Amino acid sequence: MSDPDRDEDRSDADRDGHEPTNDGQRFDRLPATPADREVAGRASREEVLDWWDERFGIGRDVLAGYSFWEKGAGKVWVFNGEAADPSRIEAIGMAFLRTRQEHWKPTTRAVQRFGGHATRNVVELDAERASRFAAGEDQDLPEWDGDWGYLIAAHRIAGGTAPIGVGLYLYDELRSVVPKGSRADLPVVDR
Amino acid sequence: MNPLDRYEPLVDDVDAFRAACDRPLPSVVRTNRIKASPARVGDAFDEEGVAYDPVGWHDGLFRLTDGNPGGNWPHLHGWTHGQEEVSVLPTLALDPQPGERVWDACAAPGSKTTQIADAMADRGTVVANDNNLGRLSALRHNAERLGVTNTIVTNQDARNFSTKPLAFDEFDRALVDAPCSCEGTCRKNPDVLDEWTLDHVHAVAGIQKGILTRAVQATRPGGTVVYSTCTFAPEENEAVLDHALATEKCEIVPFDLPLETVPGVTEWDGETYDERVRRAHRVYPHHNDTGGFFCAKLRVGGTEEEIDGSDGDADGSDGDADGSDGDAGETGVAR
Repeated sequence: MSDPDRDEDRSDADRDGHEPTNDGQRFDRLPATPADREVAGRASREEVLDWWDERFGIGRDVLAGYSFWEKGAGKVWVFNGEAADPSRIEAIGMAFLRTRQEHWKPTTRAVQRFGGHATRNVVELDAERASRFAAGEDQDLPEWDGDWGYLIAAHRIAGGTAPIGVGLYLYDELRSVVPKGSRADLPVVDR
Repeated sequence: MNPLDRYEPLVDDVDAFRAACDRPLPSVVRTNRIKASPARVGDAFDEEGVAYDPVGWHDGLFRLTDGNPGGNWPHLHGWTHGQEEVSVLPTLALDPQPGERVWDACAAPGSKTTQIADAMADRGTVVANDNNLGRLSALRHNAERLGVTNTIVTNQDARNFSTKPLAFDEFDRALVDAPCSCEGTCRKNPDVLDEWTLDHVHAVAGIQKGILTRAVQATRPGGTVVYSTCTFAPEENEAVLDHALATEKCEIVPFDLPLETVPGVTEWDGETYDERVRRAHRVYPHHNDTGGFFCAKLRVGGTEEEIDGSDGDADGSDGDADGSDGDAGETGVAR
C-alpha cells in the first residue's frame, strides 16, 4: 500500500501550483456541480443525476441518497454509506457508470440494480430474445423505434419485468454488452 | 489420522455424526432481498422448471435438488446467491440493522458480507475486509452481482485493522467469521480432512485470537461481535472465546438460533474454559443435515451493569435476515 499522505499532497493544487488531476488509485467524490469541478474532465453529481433521468427516466429522487465517486479514468461508483473523502480503499459501493467518453455507458450491474425504475429506453425482449441476449448474442431488432445508443434490455419474469443488462442499439441491431463473465446460457422460458 | 476421530467424545451419536460427515451436502441458494422476495424467486424457479425444496428454518433458502446454484434466471438477475445453510447463521446472530456501521473482518468471498448488507436493507455502512487481495475480487464480483451499494472493501490484516481510511473509528457490530481448520465443510470439500494438521490448528488459533481481540476493540461499548468458524476444534472455538473474555472488556451473551445446536464445551484436552463459553452454539452435521459450524455472540463492554445505558440489544438475536455462504474460514489473514 502506498502512503496516504502522499496523495493528500498531490491533490493540493495550491501547494504545488499544478491543477488537481484524477488519481487512478484513489476514490474521489464527484463535485456537486460543474461549477465546483476542480479536476478536469470529472463528471459532476448534477450531471450524473441528470443523465440517468434524461436517458432512462430514472428520477433524481431514486439516486438522491447515494454518493458518487470516481477512481480510474471515468469510472464512476455509486455508494450508499459513510466514507472518508477522498478514500484509499479497494472498492466503494459498485461501479455504475463510465464517463469521460462521448456516450456515457451504464454498467450491467447498475442497470440490474436500478433499471427497474426506468421509464424510457427500455427494450422488453421476448423469451427467445432474452436468452440470446443473456448469452451475449447480437440480434437484429428493426422494430425498435426508440433512441439509438445504450438501452436497458429487460424481460418478463415471475409476474414482473426485470432488467437483464445493457444493450447497444445501432443500425437495426441490438448488441449485447453483457460482460463475458456474466453471460449465461439460460433456457427460453415461456411465461 | 482423520481429525473427525478426535471429536467423537464431544458428540452424542458418533455413528450418526460420522455418517452425516460422509454424505455430500445439497446445493443451497439464499434469496437476495435487495433485489427480490423469496416468493418471487420461487415463482421464477417454478416458471423455469428449477426443482427445489424449502428449508424449514429459513424462508429465504432454497435447496436445489438438481445441484447447480447458477445457470438459471434468478441467479443471472442477482436474486440468489449460492450459500451453504449453516453459513447464514452468523449474520442471524449479528442481527445488523439498517443505518448501522458493521465490520466484516474476514469477508471474502462475500457471502456473509452480502447477507449483512441485505439485512441492513442496503443502508448504513458495511466494511468488508480481507487480507487476501485475490479473494477480494471474488467478494467484489459477488457484491456487484447482488446489487450491494453500502459496502466499502478494504485489504488489511484484520489483527491490526486501521479505521483511518474510514469516516468513523468504531463499529456498531463486527463479524469475525474466522479462518479455521474447516472440518465442518468436509461434506462439501473432503480434502480438508486430508490437509488437517494439529500444527495448523495451533497456528490459526493464534490468528483467531488476534482478530477477535481487534474486533472487540473496534466495536463501541454495548455493540455486538459475532465469532464463528466452520471447525469443531475447541482450540479454535471455545479457547478463542476464553482468551477474549480474559483479555478484553466483553461478555458472551445467550442467543437463539433457529435449528438444533448444543452448547460450547468447557473442557478439552486437559484445558478448562470459562463457563460462559457454554452460551456459544455448536452445530453438528447429523443434527440438522448441514455442515458443521460454531457461533458465539459477544457484547462489548463487559457485563450488562458495566455498560448500563448502552443500547442493550446485544442478546436479542433473531433471525429473519437472509443468509450468506459457507466457506467460513479460508479468508482473513495470512497463515
